Amino acid sequence: MANQEMTGAEIVIQALVDQGVEVIFGYPGGAVLPLYDALFKQNSIRHILVRQEGGAVHAAEGYARSTGKPGVVLVTSGPGATNAVTGLADALLDSIPIICLTGQVATHLIGNDAFQEADTVGITRPVTKHNYLVKSAKDMARTVHEAFHVATSGRPGPVVIDLPKDTQFEEAEYLPPALVQHKSYKPQVKGDLKAIKEAVSLIANAKKPIFYTGGGVINSGPKASDLLTKFVRMTGYPITNTLMGLGSYPASDRQFLGMLGMHGTYEANHAMHDCDVMICIGARFDDRITGRLDAFSPNSKKIHVDIDPSSINKNVPVDIPIVGDVAHILEDMIKVWKTDVCRPDAAALEEWWQQIEGWRSRDCLKFTQSGPIIKPQYALSRLNELTKGKNRYFTTEVGQHQMWAAQYLQFEEPNRWMTSGGLGTMGYGLPSAMGVQVAHPDALVIDVSGEASAMMNIQELSTIMQYRLPVKVFLLNNEYMGMVRQWQELLHGSRYSESYMESLPDFVKLAEAFGGTGLRCTDPDKVDEAIIQMIETDGPVLLDMVVDKEENVFPMVPSGAAHNEMLLADNAEGEGPEVSREGMTLV
Amino acid sequence: MIEKTEIHRHTIAVLVDNEFGVLARVVGLFSGRGYNIESLTVAKVDEKENLSRITIVTTGTMMVIEQIKAQLNRLVPVHSIADLTLDGPSVEREMALVKVEGTGEKRVEALRMADIFRASAVDVTESSLVFEVTGDREKVKAFVALMEPLGEVEVCRTGIVALKRGHETI
Repeated sequence: MANQEMTGAEIVIQALVDQGVEVIFGYPGGAVLPLYDALFKQNSIRHILVRQEGGAVHAAEGYARSTGKPGVVLVTSGPGATNAVTGLADALLDSIPIICLTGQVATHLIGNDAFQEADTVGITRPVTKHNYLVKSAKDMARTVHEAFHVATSGRPGPVVIDLPKDTQFEEAEYLPPALVQHKSYKPQVKGDLKAIKEAVSLIANAKKPIFYTGGGVINSGPKASDLLTKFVRMTGYPITNTLMGLGSYPASDRQFLGMLGMHGTYEANHAMHDCDVMICIGARFDDRITGRLDAFSPNSKKIHVDIDPSSINKNVPVDIPIVGDVAHILEDMIKVWKTDVCRPDAAALEEWWQQIEGWRSRDCLKFTQSGPIIKPQYALSRLNELTKGKNRYFTTEVGQHQMWAAQYLQFEEPNRWMTSGGLGTMGYGLPSAMGVQVAHPDALVIDVSGEASAMMNIQELSTIMQYRLPVKVFLLNNEYMGMVRQWQELLHGSRYSESYMESLPDFVKLAEAFGGTGLRCTDPDKVDEAIIQMIETDGPVLLDMVVDKEENVFPMVPSGAAHNEMLLADNAEGEGPEVSREGMTLV
Repeated sequence: MIEKTEIHRHTIAVLVDNEFGVLARVVGLFSGRGYNIESLTVAKVDEKENLSRITIVTTGTMMVIEQIKAQLNRLVPVHSIADLTLDGPSVEREMALVKVEGTGEKRVEALRMADIFRASAVDVTESSLVFEVTGDREKVKAFVALMEPLGEVEVCRTGIVALKRGHETI
């Protein structure tokens, strides 16, 4: 018997159900009314109504990053789609699997400058992994299934499906998902065994090794983090994580050197610079990590494990590239390590650790909380202490607070840390926390925020209220775009051009206006009390933590400097590295 | 070791699904990432599988050329890629149509040159000629340069098409 005919809109919803989708973040409009009608008539998928489409994509990102499942977005044509663009670009740079369904004007109107028409596939082409314009209902099911495959396999990323309104009404036969081999898209999963053996032998014979691991480990799934932890412990070698990789190795472990890069620890950056074997797993040597390229880890042999061949040799030439999925390759590496009975050079390793302990004793994240003003570092380390052991998830916005969060919060597991790393999107954290809370209703979800970023997507407090999501906003308020101000201080003679936020709202009243709880803390002695109150208050809470206005994030590798030339809190004035003219032009 | 900053010219052949927007994906990748396109040709080559073949001549350091290939490979509708410059000998051809205006001795000279280049006149009026010339880029370039003083008024070139020599395919 032939399958029953369904409308295009019903086919899309059925395909989502069959792909295991439980929740959609979206905003209706003219071009998606048939889809919203089909949603209305079913009970399997929950819809979260955001307040702006940008919020929908970030929420889906938070959902995806905290669950490992793809996040799904539904928006209308024209402005609905263009508002989603920033989120798509964010998901592309951070490799987050997103399916974004956009409405489109009817096929016969495309190209006509119709009402709410935009060339969505044209606009989103450079900010997606792939995109589709579906011109007939009979292609609908196959396209949705294929989109899930593309978004979630290989290096994950966002996929847009543009759905003209007439195709949503058109009737066609539904095709269930099948294991279709895509004709041209076949990401490599297993690593080349010969290269893996070569790599293991290089690792085993290293005198000054370091693991440098990133978001690829987290994207590969929790098993990859387990295998990484196992392998790193077997070797006894030091490990550092990128901003995206935090949580892939337990932060409390002795072998963990903290985050590396522009605001990474002194010990991590020095160990990266001085190592003789660098084992890069699921990271991509981006400019926040390497600093000046010609001075990046000049004497090391480099192993690079990545699922995306275009990440290999892009910025830094490597000696042993291995293309494939991190978990598969780590599994093979551990096997080879065991069968070859590898033993690290204990004496060399001992000496290497001594050198590292020397750097570590510099205690680069040290700060002093004294006087009547709250230090942001203090607020975050208290937040870390007081939420330890709880089922906690953190998201952040972008800027100083984000770097302090990365430095002072500790992540013991993957998928607990959601931050906009690649694109650096202010306004990411609040909607992202919303998505995390939707996926984990009973967890403690905290958006570490700044007052400038918070204002970028503050409307989502309304969504948070509507769905009774107990998101906690931990807002470090210094009345500045702190990171902009810091760069102006260091690079532009303290001329704070347009970085001071005048006329800020009263955040306590603002939270209350939305129907949540607002708290404020201005006294260092009351930080603990405020944090506990924030955690213990039911429902959404915004805690306005008024902090030191002109505190800077250290350590810092100034732009254009080598990655071992760091400004520290206690040498920032005077003896730090000079910023070159060339460095000034870097972001 | 190859000099890192040396600029190379490579001919890259790309087999893609002949679908909506595929050329925009390829061209967008080049413009978005700042790669050069010296020449670009595209046409459907496989009716049954509905595939098009794109031939791109590009320049860059070896690191950039390798990036270009890796980035092209990331595009979902791309089936296969071949670097015809690296993969060994290949045949490269380009066609040009050259319009020449003139009478008398110049016209005779143009026809004589065309004969040497095995270019054929595909359109003739009392005062103009259109030549069709085929060859590698150097030959086409040389022919166009020779026609210039003889009254060349318009040139149209196809860009490079290329195949590997021997039985191997991409």
